[in-house]
Amino acid sequence: MIRFERASFRYDESSWILRDLSVVIDEGELVVVVGPTGSGKTTLLKMIDGLVPHFSGGEMAGDVVVAGRSIRTTSPTDMASLVGYVGQDPTATFVTDRVEDEVAYAMENLGVSPTAMRRRVEDALDLMSLEDLRDRPLRTLSGGQRQRVAIAAVVAAAPKILVLDEPTSALDPGSAEEVLSSLTRLVHDVGLTVVVAEHRLERVLPFADRVVLLSVEGSSVTVGEPGEVMESSPLAPPLIELGRFAGWRPLPVTVRKARRESGALSAALEGLTPPPGGSSGGAVIGSAEKVDVTFGSIRALDRASLELRAGSITAVMGRNGSGKSTLLNGLAGVLRPTRGTFRVDGHDPEALDAKDRIRLVGLVPQDPGSLLYAQHVGQECEQADKEHGLPAGATSAAVRQIVGELPVDQHPRDLSEGQRLSLALGVVMAAKPRLLLLDEPTRGLDYLAKHELCAALAALRSDGVAVAIATHDVELVAMIADEAVVLAGGEVIAHGPAREVVCHTPAFAPQVAKVLAPMTWLTVAEIADALSAAP
Amino acid sequence: MIRDHRPHGVAWWLWATGLAAAALRTTNPILLLGLGAVVVVVTVVCRSDAPWGRSIGVYLKLGLVVIALRVALQLVFGQRLPGHVLFTIPSVPLPGWAEGVSIGGPVTLEGLLTAMVGGMRLALVLVCFGAANSLASPREVLRSLPGILHEVAVAVTVALCFAPEVLESVRRVREARTLRGRPTKGLAGLRGIAIPVLEDALEHALQLAASMGARGFGRRPARRSVARSRLAMVAVVTGSLLALGGVYGILAPDSGVPMAGVVAALGAVIVGLGVLLSGRRSVRTRYRPAPFGPRSVLCVVAGWIPLVAFVLAAAADPAAIAWSAYPLAWPVVPVLALVGILAALAPLAMTSVAGRPEEKARRPAVREVVA
Repeated sequence: MIRFERASFRYDESSWILRDLSVVIDEGELVVVVGPTGSGKTTLLKMIDGLVPHFSGGEMAGDVVVAGRSIRTTSPTDMASLVGYVGQDPTATFVTDRVEDEVAYAMENLGVSPTAMRRRVEDALDLMSLEDLRDRPLRTLSGGQRQRVAIAAVVAAAPKILVLDEPTSALDPGSAEEVLSSLTRLVHDVGLTVVVAEHRLERVLPFADRVVLLSVEGSSVTVGEPGEVMESSPLAPPLIELGRFAGWRPLPVTVRKARRESGALSAALEGLTPPPGGSSGGAVIGSAEKVDVTFGSIRALDRASLELRAGSITAVMGRNGSGKSTLLNGLAGVLRPTRGTFRVDGHDPEALDAKDRIRLVGLVPQDPGSLLYAQHVGQECEQADKEHGLPAGATSAAVRQIVGELPVDQHPRDLSEGQRLSLALGVVMAAKPRLLLLDEPTRGLDYLAKHELCAALAALRSDGVAVAIATHDVELVAMIADEAVVLAGGEVIAHGPAREVVCHTPAFAPQVAKVLAPMTWLTVAEIADALSAAP
Repeated sequence: MIRDHRPHGVAWWLWATGLAAAALRTTNPILLLGLGAVVVVVTVVCRSDAPWGRSIGVYLKLGLVVIALRVALQLVFGQRLPGHVLFTIPSVPLPGWAEGVSIGGPVTLEGLLTAMVGGMRLALVLVCFGAANSLASPREVLRSLPGILHEVAVAVTVALCFAPEVLESVRRVREARTLRGRPTKGLAGLRGIAIPVLEDALEHALQLAASMGARGFGRRPARRSVARSRLAMVAVVTGSLLALGGVYGILAPDSGVPMAGVVAALGAVIVGLGVLLSGRRSVRTRYRPAPFGPRSVLCVVAGWIPLVAFVLAAAADPAAIAWSAYPLAWPVVPVLALVGILAALAPLAMTSVAGRPEEKARRPAVREVVA
């Protein structure tokens, strides 16, 4: 169905993004493309549709043949009836303003007859469970709903191949599950070929027929069954790590299979208890007291109360649109509550002068790039020094301490997601705020970058900084959080030690906890520690 | 379907255009007020629930600003019209080269009234535009354009959603700057915000173009029809220009466009020919096109009755439609013109059948039929 024939691609004379790639993807497969940041996953996906190189420019060698058509001679417009492409940010790809019109858009262009179109729109709406939203303006939808609309919009055009770039990264665990099960339904019912790139492997691996593993700069590639390929993959979700640690062969890729293998491990862990975790008992640095925030008729926060303590990391979880970002923005002084108070170190963050505020609280927003303005990394650090009134070199020292060296002469936009996050984190932390807030920090991060982030956060925690992370990523919570807060409809519905909160909420349970339930182990690392300490 | 119970989007825009044309035809303040009331009432009752349904409010405020501005300008800079002096603003002597412009001086009742009526006409045109926006989203109208204008329509549609996105992007950048403790106001703030917003907009445009391309936008029919579609395009463009000139001539009788009515009609015919020429060959199809049924026809007719009534009334008594402050007298209201204005309320009767509360209740039932 899709054949990469020694395909290579690069934007300019610099290094190749993909190099001599030869892969064959058969009809009716669900293939997951795995690879570290910068391994060319997005490029590979876009080549299937011809968006690379037709829209991107750049230099290409070799060929990609999709259903007998070479992308060298076929433009994306002519591929439209064959390949449906859903990009990382679905909002940016919407052409119309209503759900139903958006779903019909591609078919209108393809000249599908009105009666067929009518039927296929209904099918697509049903398939993605969008029936109730058909008349809604797109601007009023949540992230998960938008993602589903974007998929419905390409599925309706009845392509043979569906290509998705990080379809679940922006979604909460529930919506992600929904999107993925709709995709499996497409593979089973319609015989669609689906190619997915995703950093959150724990979500997609159970659905994969085969895995394509890329190495950095796309120079080598491994293709095979998920269990085989993951044995040697440098990127592994917790379940695979657990399987490798316990020596299970073949590696189980679903929680259900892993549970059947887990007898011996459970027996070995009998009598051992996971480290208690929970709050550090440090001073309260940031707090929200019965806060209401309303936007027009929407109540984003509803009597939400919260305490953030020095030297502990709090995870803020909840569905898309449950008020996580609003809570963080309030604590950072970006918005004023309708009722109730936010406090940071005894001050109202919104009333503070900007210069004083950044010494108390720092927020790294969902898109860390929006914090960065300078032309290159070095300039960014110098500017931050000047603004914060710090001695020259303080920011670059902070960045180095948190994340190590960054390429000084690169434009922030050319950095990888992980590097950009690190730079933003360094710039924010250079002012030495006592409260650090992170909004969805792991979007677009591979496992290696995630481990680096966790190490940086752990270092900040031991310096006595209070940290709050709004996230959908339960595995991040399992790795680093001391406490967890769950929001629903703007209300705080659970607050307590992270271990308790995530293990008692099935939707938020990490993979290791699911395998070893009812024991409350969260990560492979703590199991390894416990077993090596035990006699 | 629900959509059939409301007049077509294009019908609403034509309805509003008719009323705006009527407003430009008269200077009688009572008739203008009547038109304004009709527009507002119909819009408030029939507008859609979507976010753009609220735009009438913005345009009403804008209209009031226009009237106030017009009166204020008249007070300060206006031509010194003779008549009943209300009060005198101290005048500033201007050098000889500024002849024709004056600052201050005696303010007359007649001068104020003339300015106010002028402002009202302009405001009413704005309110009509706002009403059209509230009643049917511009996108709904653009969707109904004939296939040959599709690419133009898409360009306009994309431009229309650009504004809210830029606002959103400005908000995000401002927030990010606040987080870094950087200025968000003043010249430094403006520059710091403008550049990232432009970058955002550019990136967004590229992504949108890629998305539209990947979804089959701009597919061309087979090669042999290229000459034909070029000819059709030329016809549509020339025809539109002619029609525009003609309409301008009709609305501004002293503009000197010869035989404005004939020119407008000729333009319309040429556009129609162009559309016919291209229509058959279009590769696109349209999803659930809203039918232009009897309701829609009635709606358009209702919108243009006031203009016709004004023209007829003017033939009988020109002074009644073209009211003037000289001599100062209470405006006469011809019955014919008044009836014409009331006729524009007709859409109320049509939409109340499937009015908004019922429409919501009806939805589930309609769904079942569809499924």
